[in-house]
Amino acid sequence: MFKFDRKQLAIPYAIFLVLFVILPLLVVIYYGFTDADGHLSFDNLVFFFSSSKTIGTLLYSLVIAVVVTVICLLMAYPVALILAKGVYSRKHSFLMVFVLPMWINFTLRITALKEILTLLEGNLAYHQFANTIICMVYDFLPFMIMPLFNSLTKLDDSMIEAGRDLGATSFQTLIKIILPLSVPGIISGITMVFLPAMTNYVVLDMVYNSTYIMGSLIGSYFSSYDWNNGSIISAILLILIGLFTIITNRLAGDGERRVS
Amino acid sequence: MRKFGQHFIIIFVLAFLYLPILILTFYSFTSSTIIGSVRGFSLDNYVTLFTEEALLSMMIGTVILAITVACLSVLLGTTGAIGAFYSKKKSRVALELANEIPIVNADVVTGFSVCILLIVLFNMNKETYIPLVIAQTALCVPFVYLSVTPRLKSMDPALYEAALDLGCSPAQALRKVVIPQIVPGIVSGFMTAITLSLDDYFIATYTKPATFDTISTYVVNATRGSQTKIKTALWALSALLFVAVVIAVVIMNINSEKEKEKA
Repeated sequence: MFKFDRKQLAIPYAIFLVLFVILPLLVVIYYGFTDADGHLSFDNLVFFFSSSKTIGTLLYSLVIAVVVTVICLLMAYPVALILAKGVYSRKHSFLMVFVLPMWINFTLRITALKEILTLLEGNLAYHQFANTIICMVYDFLPFMIMPLFNSLTKLDDSMIEAGRDLGATSFQTLIKIILPLSVPGIISGITMVFLPAMTNYVVLDMVYNSTYIMGSLIGSYFSSYDWNNGSIISAILLILIGLFTIITNRLAGDGERRVS
Repeated sequence: MRKFGQHFIIIFVLAFLYLPILILTFYSFTSSTIIGSVRGFSLDNYVTLFTEEALLSMMIGTVILAITVACLSVLLGTTGAIGAFYSKKKSRVALELANEIPIVNADVVTGFSVCILLIVLFNMNKETYIPLVIAQTALCVPFVYLSVTPRLKSMDPALYEAALDLGCSPAQALRKVVIPQIVPGIVSGFMTAITLSLDDYFIATYTKPATFDTISTYVVNATRGSQTKIKTALWALSALLFVAVVIAVVIMNINSEKEKEKA
């Protein structure tokens, strides 16, 4: 007779994960290493690394992602620090004001910003790179503020006071105490921003940036029904994402160990 | 002076985040077609938004899709979290690892990979909406799982045992004791799933039926086209969404304040 056990509740989700999360990725890797007739082939991979256009795209996405992440971090860190430790009371309600834009559809938000930029610049085509950066920072900033705030608000005030008592200046307190202790927050903020900045090609499309990033390549192969080349791009992205996740996890682990 | 510096940074960033949307909201109530030239007050944009067939069906379709995806995600995520919580460590770790994949993965890759599997390999018809619902659900379930699990961890395990001792069957104990305690986690998972689905562009692009549009795909297509009537009607949509989100956040804040007072 069938006997109900709590553990069995996980079965549907386990099956779902295997069928629609793991299997698709395996199929993508398979498609990446076969040609249009289904024969094993490394042509797609070789093509990616021998074409200056695709290599350029990879580098361009890395540059965009680094610049966007750094600017987001530089803007978000002071905000998160002020919210967590500054002059304002009711900090959690105030944080909501900063993350609220996250819940408005991003294409509509970018449209709004685009209208303003068009008013200021006349033609968006003159400063494609700068506009892309501005739009991405605008889009991703709340995702950086939130984890930074969470880690800064947990930071024990007595650590900061102890530093002051021992004669540290405010700048030294920031560099030697606050910054090292907020490393886990910084890392999780970076993971929230870096990968989307490499792949969110809609922002580029909307500001008429004519250069491609990694995501755009998948989009253009998709439009031309070139599944094999689209798959190799996805596979390369997967490897990058995997490496990135391993590195950030390790860094976050180190950060936590240093704290405890 | 320090205080002044703090206010300055906060105001600067708030202006960056809110000015575009506020200016757009202002212009949605005028008859101007470009930002910068003020013409008279007009509600035309709002009338267009709610009378134009294409806009209406796009909005309704997006909402129905989001609710469907969120319900499915809550079902799979909650049962998955409960089951995994009571499973052996090995299987739980394996499930949690797989659960991380859609979270760290790029949406482009998630959407494209489901498209390759279902539409290219299995030749499934996109027009059935099945690939779209499955792909968006795959994105949303992990977040439900992550919002339910902490609630299970903070629950008193003795309560479940007590229910069994008092004569409940395991299924009853689950329904009457465990589920009520994790409801806040389920609700926040549901809300996350709704916002993820509403915000999604990439997964929808790769898996949606050709004639169906979500808000995101519609807006992106509209910015390429030059129909000013649609363009300015979308300003009205942004304004409405902005107001709706503000109201939702205020209500959530009031509720959490009340809960704090109770505690």
